[in-house]
Order: sequence, then C-alpha cells, then structure tokens
Amino acid sequence: MIPAAFAYHAPKSLTEATALLAKLGDGAKVLSGGQSLIPLMKLRLTSPPHVVDINGIQGLAYLKEADGFLRIGALTRESDLDESELIRTRYPLLHDTCKVIADPLVRNMATVGGNLAHGDPANDHPAAMLALGAQVVAVGGKGERRIPIASFFTGPFETALEPDEILTEIRVPVPPAGSGGAYVKMERKVGDFATAAVAAQVTLAASGVCESAGIGLTNVGLTPIQASRAEAALKGKRPDEAAIAEAARLAAEAAQPTDDLRGPAEYKKDLVRVLTTRALRRALERATARR
Amino acid sequence: MQVQLTINGEKHEADVEPRLLLVHLIRDVLRLTGTHIGCDTTHCGACTVLLEGRAVKSCTLFAVQASGKQLMTVEGLEQDGKLHPLQEGFMAEHGLQCGYCTPGMLMTSVAFLEKHPKPSEDDIRRAISGNLCRCTGYVNIVKAVQHAAAALQGGA
Repeated sequence: MIPAAFAYHAPKSLTEATALLAKLGDGAKVLSGGQSLIPLMKLRLTSPPHVVDINGIQGLAYLKEADGFLRIGALTRESDLDESELIRTRYPLLHDTCKVIADPLVRNMATVGGNLAHGDPANDHPAAMLALGAQVVAVGGKGERRIPIASFFTGPFETALEPDEILTEIRVPVPPAGSGGAYVKMERKVGDFATAAVAAQVTLAASGVCESAGIGLTNVGLTPIQASRAEAALKGKRPDEAAIAEAARLAAEAAQPTDDLRGPAEYKKDLVRVLTTRALRRALERATARR
Repeated sequence: MQVQLTINGEKHEADVEPRLLLVHLIRDVLRLTGTHIGCDTTHCGACTVLLEGRAVKSCTLFAVQASGKQLMTVEGLEQDGKLHPLQEGFMAEHGLQCGYCTPGMLMTSVAFLEKHPKPSEDDIRRAISGNLCRCTGYVNIVKAVQHAAAALQGGA
C-alpha cells in the first residue's frame, strides 16, 4: 500500500512548525509517532498534501512532576511511559494504559500527544486523561493555551486544536495521597482497538469516603466519554460494592456504543458495566494501599 | 528528497519520494531483502528493524524519517561469519518453520534482550506480542529466545 504523494516538512522549532501550519492550513497533517496517521495514509483514508514532521523539534519528549502536575511532553513515546519508574509507582492508571495500547513495536514509536490529538474515540489515552482530569497545552500562532481535557474532544477525529496549533504537553494533576487508578480494556487480540475499555481514578479521604472519582470510557461513542453521573454517584460515599454497582450502572448508561464487528451495542453497554466494576475495584485497592 | 542513513554500520544515501516507506527503501532501493513485508498494515511485525536501538515496524515509517539515524536489520546480526546467539537459538530450538516472521522476531528479541537480559517466559511472550507467527504456535520461538538469553548471560 502506497500513500498518495505529499510534501514533507521537518521543522526544527515550534515557531517554525506553527508558522508552517498557519501557512498550509487544512492541507497539512502533523506527523508525531505516525502509528495512526501512516496506516490511514497507506489506506488512502486520508491523503494530506503536506506532512509536518515534528519529531525533529527538540525538548518535546519528557516526563516530570513540576508545579503540581505530571507533565508529559507530546513526543513522549508510549514505551517511555511503560519504562518510567515515576509512572509505574505514582500513576498506575497511565501505566495500565500504556501497556495495552497497540503492541510493543507500535508503542516504541507512538506518542502520548498523538494518541490524544488524533481524536480517535477508540484510542486509550483519551479515557485515561478524562478520568485523571488532565489539561492539554497547545501552542499556535497566537501563543500558548491550556485546554481542559473535558472540552478537548469535539467530535469523531476532531479536537479543539486550531489548524495552526500543536499539542505540546499533557498536564495531569499530581494525585493526592489516597489516590489510585486503573485501566481495564477488553480487546479481541493484542493490537486491536478496545471492544470497550474503562479508566477509573479515585481519591479516598482518611475516613474512607470517596473524595473524588474520574471515569472515562473508550470506544463506546463518537468521542471518548466522561461518565459524569457515575463519578458524581461515588463522590462523598463510602465506595462499597453497592456504590460500585450503582456507578457501573450509570457508566453503562453513559455509553453510546453501536453494533460492529466487535459486538452488538447491547453487549458493549453491559461490558462497560462489568469493566467499570473491575476498574473501580482495582483503583480502590490501589488507593487504599496509598492512604 | 535526499536521505542519508547508517544501516548495520554502513552509510547509505538515496534520493527518495517522501511517501516511500522505510521498508521499501531497505528492500527495494538498498536491496537488503532480509527484512520482510508481511501484512503491510502494522499488524504482523515481519518488517521489524531497529531504529536507534528501538524495534519498530518499518512499514509504518517513512524513509525520510530515518534520515540521519542508525538502523539495524537482520543482516546486521551475524558478525564475522558468526551467527548471533539469537540466530543460534532459533536454529537449536526450531524457532521457525516457514521463516517468514523470523527476521522480525529476531530484531524484536535483540532489542528486548538488551533491556531485559533475564526475562521470564511471560516477559518474552509480551515482548513478541506485536510479531505474528502462523506456523510455530510460538512455543519454540519462546524457547529460542530463552536459549539466546542463557547464552548471552554465559558471555557467549
């Protein structure tokens, strides 16, 4: 499979890259890890006349805690998350997630920024970042702005990014003591998109009451879905099995799956209920261990 | 566009279209045909090569992206007529039947053993989960990687 011809640009700085994007407009696609874009181009589902490769821009691959946030540079590869001691020990939800995205070879190229900016509701990081209440940093001709993840996904394969903007960083609030998260994905085989997947992040107060909860759903709608009513149902409650079951029921209600080769909508809705139960149980276990 | 890259320690230059995939540069332009094309859809891993030491699918990368970079293909494993311990392992443990997936399996395993010299069986199975084999059922491939891990540990 051969992609359509395109002009290749490899800017060396963000300023150069955003200027290029401003000039080229809708005709340009940003190439990050390329593990979604290149397959789409090979299938000619997309044929951008211009490709702007941002991999040559220095300083966009990092993982660090600063100013109350975990800051993930947009070019951080999924395998970098997997190998990070910081992620493994302090961000179990992200660690779960980066282990089930595509396969190990794809994860060596695929970036966290690209996983979000692609706007695919079947990607795994969007639900994780919704559960974590992350922000996305975008840089464009007009400067830098922060976009709350809850308003980032505007439609299927559409995001709040302007045509001249580049996603440069993801900011995840550093979870307080008593926090834990988990990502549970049902996939038919390694490398497939999720039949459904659920991200859960909880914080427990010293009293054992659930102080906050974040729940994100993968591949059960036109965009990644935040199960807000399920989150609200847990807040201020002792997260016993009855509370988990109620949250799981509400999460299933929030899902809007369609029938496809991975299963009928009815099955996927019930799958969301089951996966939410499992994700919450695991998140709570981890939160309890960190109190 | 002009690309310059180092493959198995040797410098190469070529004038390519930006849309040329890395695997086509390697196979069709530079005639290093040890790297295979299996599915051409980012699933099978037969085209796996090392890009700056990381195992990647060369069907899912443009050749221009590899310009200025160090690559290693299956041809780079043998040194001075001596097979790499992984190649020895695949022979000793019958880690292949038709052999189509083997170059990819080898390259994934080389990078993996660099980082995980003492892997468990489960670690190995996870590591090769992006490489498909339709013959062996993976059992002997896992044994082959274990064989190589032991040999490398023994200073072979």
